[in-house]
Amino acid sequence: MNLHEYQAKDILRGYGVNIPPGRIATTPSEAEAIALEYGAAVMVKAQVHVGGRGKAGGVKFCKTPADAKEKATAILGMDIKGLTVEKVLVTVAADIGSEAYVGIIVDRATKKPVFMVSAAGGIDIEQVAAETPEKILYVPVDPRYGLPSYDALRMGFFLFADVKLARGAGKIMQQLYAAFMASGCSLAEINPLVVTPTGELVAVDGKMVIDDNELDRLPAIAALRDESSEEPSEVDARNANLTFIKLDGDVGCVVNGAGLAMATMDLVKYYGGEPANFLDIGGSSNPEKVVNALRIITADANVKVILFNIFGGITRTDDVANGIVTATRANPLTVPLVIRLTGTNEELAMKILTENGFSASSDMDEAVQKAVALATGGKSA
Amino acid sequence: MSVFIDKNTKLVIQGITGRDGSFHAKQMMEYGTQVVAGVTPGKGGQKFEGTVPIFNTVMDAVAATGANTSVIYVPPPFAADAIMEAAAAGIALVICITEGVPVLDMTKVYPFVKEQGVRLIGPNCPGLITPGASKVGIIPGRICTPGPVGVVSRSGTLTYEVVYQLTSAGIGQTTCVGIGGDPINGTNFIDCLAAFEQDPKTMVIAMMGEIGGTDEQEAADFVKHQMKKPVVGFIAGQTAPPGRRMGHAGAIISGSSGTAAEKLEAFEAAGMGIARRPKDFVELIRERLG
Repeated sequence: MNLHEYQAKDILRGYGVNIPPGRIATTPSEAEAIALEYGAAVMVKAQVHVGGRGKAGGVKFCKTPADAKEKATAILGMDIKGLTVEKVLVTVAADIGSEAYVGIIVDRATKKPVFMVSAAGGIDIEQVAAETPEKILYVPVDPRYGLPSYDALRMGFFLFADVKLARGAGKIMQQLYAAFMASGCSLAEINPLVVTPTGELVAVDGKMVIDDNELDRLPAIAALRDESSEEPSEVDARNANLTFIKLDGDVGCVVNGAGLAMATMDLVKYYGGEPANFLDIGGSSNPEKVVNALRIITADANVKVILFNIFGGITRTDDVANGIVTATRANPLTVPLVIRLTGTNEELAMKILTENGFSASSDMDEAVQKAVALATGGKSA
Repeated sequence: MSVFIDKNTKLVIQGITGRDGSFHAKQMMEYGTQVVAGVTPGKGGQKFEGTVPIFNTVMDAVAATGANTSVIYVPPPFAADAIMEAAAAGIALVICITEGVPVLDMTKVYPFVKEQGVRLIGPNCPGLITPGASKVGIIPGRICTPGPVGVVSRSGTLTYEVVYQLTSAGIGQTTCVGIGGDPINGTNFIDCLAAFEQDPKTMVIAMMGEIGGTDEQEAADFVKHQMKKPVVGFIAGQTAPPGRRMGHAGAIISGSSGTAAEKLEAFEAAGMGIARRPKDFVELIRERLG
């Protein structure tokens, strides 16, 4: 789960990181009022879950409250990479002397949280890693012991020659690390970490990505989820305990298991079709899941055919068959259905489907080819 | 022969009285796995299905039964502790089926089990099966048959699909290992490939990877430089969009890294067979068995 900049900053402020004051506005007048209260030049920043906000015109410097109102008018309602800006952060603008980057990720290779720090801040760290890798220092942390002071100071000196700044940066790294661990992050970064002309360290932008597996035990973090910034069908699916990702094609897919779901999408493409979604109904055979899956997929007007691919291990295929019958009885489908199922209780499932006027195959390739042919009007496959 | 488990595997099931644990305990017992103990705190002294003794702790279970392998079905918030408990009790092989273990928990568990010299498989995995000898986890026994193919995969049902197609074509397996779909897991492709390379009964290896991370690329390098046996590979997620977690926590393309294309390129460079579809495994493996 991604947090908004203002949410990440609120958390980091709680750990002592020096961050300019800022508040959220949802109307231009609110933005003006906040700027007036601060009595200083402000930044008005779009709060959406995409990179490149600045380039898209979603981040503006404002000298006066009237200016803040005008810029907020332009930014609120703006479309950035398909997402509508619903709120802006109005925050006191910092004087920038130099910019550094400080981030932590969970690294798959070392299987540890790893710090990445660079004096080349203010730009995308992936770009720095690709173009000037020597400008990044990587420091893995053993989470059983935490971040030792000597490592924090070593990173501080990698960024700043001045001992006061190095110590200050080391302290910020300890604060960032504490926030990262306590918030269940898979990524946390401050970019840029600014040194002002008067020698003060200020975190001007912050980002946090939370491991979804942490949300059950961190209710305060889970409550930060902003459903208005997500695809509605994905929110619907999550509330129904389904893993769903919307894509641009026309073959709706209902599969059990993530690996098989990806392989099914790939096979649709292999035979000349385009998958409309990733959908994993998981290991449980609750017929309710099938009902929800069909509701979510049929809400997508692009879908021309629905393909079931079920390999019954723990999942009982007769439960899936019953779910299909129940769901289509309640809401008759307007698009054709292609069913492949095999495994646990396959014979019973086939019987249930046949008795209710459905046909099913036990072969994955056969079913996918048929679905693609139906979606493309027989032009492919 | 086989890898990791065989007829001498003596299994303790952590979470044996839970919904999933009890269901799969019965399945494993029916398959012929030596289930010697179960652990559920507070139920020590009772018996599961009238035969398997239940203990309060793994340490008690090991002392009383000599269990050498553990399988974990406890809920996600307790899974990391259950893994460490098994490792501390002297279990040599720990298989964690639980899905949804926080990755920061795994950053602490991983060095702990390594320092104990314990092999961890998973979490978020279907376990493993040596057809005809022993099954630990949830892979359906009836889709497997003994034979010369070693199977290793990051997925569950996709593994079943491929194994089922192999078995239907009359091609059996030495051992099938599901290493799990999480970003940090105890056993990786290379560990399994090395074990299959050493196993005299394994002639060909089928390997099913996914988008995300660099494990498959490193495995391809291992195949190229360290292996004599042929390996056939598949990558799921060729149509996955970047930046989205495709069900498995580890199945995500970050920036431009971890794509299916770069993994398939690595397979090609290693001279591996490449299955474009799950069904391609059958012919590619048949050719390599000669």
